[in-house]
Order: sequence, then C-alpha cells, then structure tokens
Amino acid sequence: MSPLRRFLRTPEAVAGAILLAALIAMALSASLLFPGDPQAIAGPPLLPPFQDWSLPLGTDRLGRDVLAELFHGARTSLAVGLAAAAAALVVGAVVGTLAGFAGGLVDEVLMRITDAFQTVPSFLLALAFVSVVGPSLGIVVIAIALGTWTGPARIARAEVLSIRERDYVAGARVIGMHPLAIAFREVLPNALPPVLAMSSVIVAAAILTEAALSFLGLGDPNRVTWGGMIAEGRTVLRTAPFLSIVPGIALVLTVLGVYLAGEGIVETTAVRRGLS
Amino acid sequence: MSLLAVSNLTKRYRRGGKSITAVDDVSFHVDPGETLALAGPSGSGKSTIARLVLRLIEPDAGRIEFEGSDFLALSGATLRARRARLQMVFQDPLAAFNPRATVAHVLDDPLRIHDIASRAERPRRIAALLERVGLTADLAPRAIHEISGGQRQRVAIARAIATKPSLIVLDEAVSALDVSVRREILDLLLDLQHQEKIAYLLISHDLGVIRSVAHRIVLLDAGRIAESGNTRAVIDAPQSAIGKALLAAAPRLNRTAQDPT
Ligand SMILES: Nc1ncnc2c1ncn2[C@@H]1O[C@H](COP(=O)(O)OP(=O)(O)O)[C@@H](O)[C@H]1O
Ligand SMILES: [Mg+2]
Repeated sequence: MSPLRRFLRTPEAVAGAILLAALIAMALSASLLFPGDPQAIAGPPLLPPFQDWSLPLGTDRLGRDVLAELFHGARTSLAVGLAAAAAALVVGAVVGTLAGFAGGLVDEVLMRITDAFQTVPSFLLALAFVSVVGPSLGIVVIAIALGTWTGPARIARAEVLSIRERDYVAGARVIGMHPLAIAFREVLPNALPPVLAMSSVIVAAAILTEAALSFLGLGDPNRVTWGGMIAEGRTVLRTAPFLSIVPGIALVLTVLGVYLAGEGIVETTAVRRGLS
Repeated sequence: MSLLAVSNLTKRYRRGGKSITAVDDVSFHVDPGETLALAGPSGSGKSTIARLVLRLIEPDAGRIEFEGSDFLALSGATLRARRARLQMVFQDPLAAFNPRATVAHVLDDPLRIHDIASRAERPRRIAALLERVGLTADLAPRAIHEISGGQRQRVAIARAIATKPSLIVLDEAVSALDVSVRREILDLLLDLQHQEKIAYLLISHDLGVIRSVAHRIVLLDAGRIAESGNTRAVIDAPQSAIGKALLAAAPRLNRTAQDPT
C-alpha cells in the first residue's frame, strides 16, 4: 500500500489534514476575501455573531470585523509557525551535525551552548528576546527559534554519532572528500528523517508560542494575531465572550490539525521505511 | 624501494578501563605491483592495520612510509590529495556507499575531488570505468541499493581505480560474495594488477582466496605477526600455531595439502 493510501486510511491524519488545509486556505484567501485593512472599523462595536450577515462573526470592542481578523490572523500564525520551525530545524540540524561529526572540542563547546539554551525555558527566552529587541514579525520568529533549536540539535547529533562510524563515511574520507562536504553532503541528509519527524510538534509549539507572545502584547503591533485578539477580548470577557472564544477555538484547531497531520505523515512514512 | 613500508606499528584501544593492544609492533612492506596478504583469525587486528594504513585512525607508535615519503606526516589538503594513490575496497559493498547514492554519483566523486576530469568529460569517464570493471554504462543512473552484490563490489573497485592508485587495500573485499561471483571478482583484481601494476594489501581469513592471488603473506595473531613469507611456502607448511590452526579450518586446502594428487 502506498504511503498516501495509508495516510488516507488513518482518520486522525485525514482530520488533521482537513484542518490544516482549511487553515492554509484561510491564510491564502485572507487578502482576497477581506482586501481592506482588517484593523479598520467595519461596523458598530461589540456586534454579536450571526446578527448581520455582512459581518458574520460580529465585531470587536472597536467595531472591527472579527471574521476578517480571524483570516488575517491565520496568515500570521501560519507564517510565524512555519518560519520559526524551519529556522529551528535548520540551525539544530547544522549544529548537531557539526558537533557529532567533528567530536572533541567542537562537540564539547557546541553541546555546552546547547545545554545553556536548554536550561532556560524556551518561552522565557522568547519573552526576554522580544522585550529587549522589540516586537516585529522577524524578531518573533527568531525569538521562538531561539528556544526550539536545541531539540533538533540533540537528535541530529545522536543520529550523526551513529552514522559517522559507517563504512561509507570512511569511504568518503578514503576518496579524499573534504570533512565539511562529508558532514553536510554525506552525513546530514541521512540524519534528517528523525529530525524532520519532530517538525509537527515544533510547528504546533511555535504557533502556540507566537499566540502567547501576542497575548502578552509582544507580537508585531501592525498585524492581527489570534493571541492579540484573545487578549483584546479578555477586557470584555463577561459581556462578549465570543471575542476570546472564536480565536481560541481557531488556535486549538490549528495546533491540533498541524499535530495530527504531521504525526500521520511520520507514521505512514516510518512504516514504509521499516518495510523497505 | 618498497611502495608501502610499515614499521613498528602499534595501536591500543581502551575498553572499560583496560587497554587492548589491537596492533602490536607490526612491520611489513608491500612492493609495487605485488599482493601482500594479511591473514589471521577474527580480532587479530587486520582491519585495524587497514584503517591505520589508510589514515582513518592514527597509530600510537610506528612509521608508515608510502611512495617514498612519511605518510603519517601528511595532513589536511596534502593528505587528501595523496589519498588518490591509496584506495580501499570494503567488505560489505552496500555499507560502503551512501544509501542515497547512484552508481554515477559514487564514481563522479573521486573524479571531481581529484580534478581528474572536467564536468563535461565525467560521464564518459564514468562509462569507461564501468566498462573497465566488467559492467555496462547503462548502470550509471541506477541506485546503489538496486544493483546486485557482485555488481556493487565491481562499482567499489571502479571507484577505487578512478584515481589511478598504486595500492588498494582490500579488507575482506570478496568474503561477502558467493563462490562464483568471488572467482570473477578475483579474476578482475588480477587483471587490473597485470594491466595497471596496482599493488594490493589483501586482508582475508580465507586461505583459499589468499593462495590464489597473493604473492606473500603475513599471519597475524592477537595483533602480532606470527609468521610471514612466500604464500605457498607458508600455507603448505605453516610453522606457527596460528598458521596450523587456520589451515586446519580450511578443509578443502587441508585435503590438497595432504594429498598431493
Ligand atoms: N574502535 C575500537 N574500539 C575498541 N576496540 C577495538 C576497536 N576496533 C577494533 N578493536 C579491537 O581490536 C582488535 C582487533 O580488531 P580488528 O582489527 O577489527 O580485527 P580483525 O579485522 O582481524 O577481525 C579486536 O580485539 C577488537 O575488538
Ligand atoms: Mg576485520
């Protein structure tokens, strides 16, 4: 059975893929369906959902269109989540490969640095970084990556330690290949599968961290974010709870979708690797 | 002058606090175009010697002279450049290649690294190498894991001769192959030796293989040289205990040794 067929036969994976597809569709269609500034006033303040069909999810405290904000927020969540996870995976894979392949002092130094990053809770690290450097999309991405690259680094290093003893690495040295070429062309690609298997968890965590930073007012102020919407809604939680609940549900479904789809991909491809 | 001269080579490993001497004060030489066999039971230090000679690991003591210069003194880019002259074929041809590689990729590497052929010229050189080892050029785009064990070992030999080496270390290079394929690969190695004057350091525990291709033999026991000399002389009448034990373990040879008809 092909991995795709097996994926489609796993209900959780399909549910995850549908959620993820919906999220991507929202992010991509945001500026088509809601071309104006999502932070502009669109109607009377605190309009409840399902009252006015031009504003299906109602408006917030300032009269902004909640549905438009939700779509544009999907874009921020997805962009930050993917960019931060990609940065963490790339940095982690490179650091782990160098440490594992070089060994000795290089390994010692790189792993001490990894330890140092790992002892600080990643959310505190992100919080401190954004507070010092200032909130913008790029900084938020770096801040989240700063606290997440250590996991991929450790996994990559462990994998490289076992791969570097294989004959084909000795073979590459015998034909005179440069050590850096061996590390990055011969060893790294073969160390990647277990590192990539972590990506769904990392993307999900990055989306949550971004939301948490925005909730604390440390997101990019020029962009709508779900975390920011939840924080906004909190001030009127008793009179208009939907303002916090709607982006909260979107966040939960997104994280769930990313996680389930990611696990589904790992499961179905891992089984295939085991068979071959 | 010898092509390779190894003197007083020693390598120790420590395992669980105590030290094992894997290679203990070993000296031997290989002449140009000759085959020297390293034989001995499992764990006697054969592979360690191979790895030392190839500078994959560093010795604790001893000298290695290759093509008239101190091989242990080389490092970095100079060592990598000199590696063109000293190649290796491994026992398990599947483990010896990157699992993602194609045949063409495997043969392209040495040609590119040692600047032997331009990018445009390399596909032709790869085809010529494949034909030289008895394969056809249409194998080039195939993945390493798709071809047979015998074909893979031929590709390994093609990679080893790509840089025109003067010495190839064969660490149990035919042990994993079945008997008919083994014979073909040995014939290929003999042919290459005659045509290109390549010397071999042939590591094997199989006295039959050694007798059919090696000129001289060094018998190892627990990291030390037990006996050495002309292959036929040593195999037909071993003097050392380990030589007698190895001969007794090779039934077919044993019979021919006892029965001269
Ligand atoms: N990396 C290593 N660490 C510790 N001991 C090793 C290592 N490599 C080889 N040895 C030991 O050195 C001895 C010789 O091994 P080896 O050269 O592989 O023997 P052979 O190839 O003749 O079977 C054995 O006792 C083996 O356990
Ligand atoms: Mg061995």
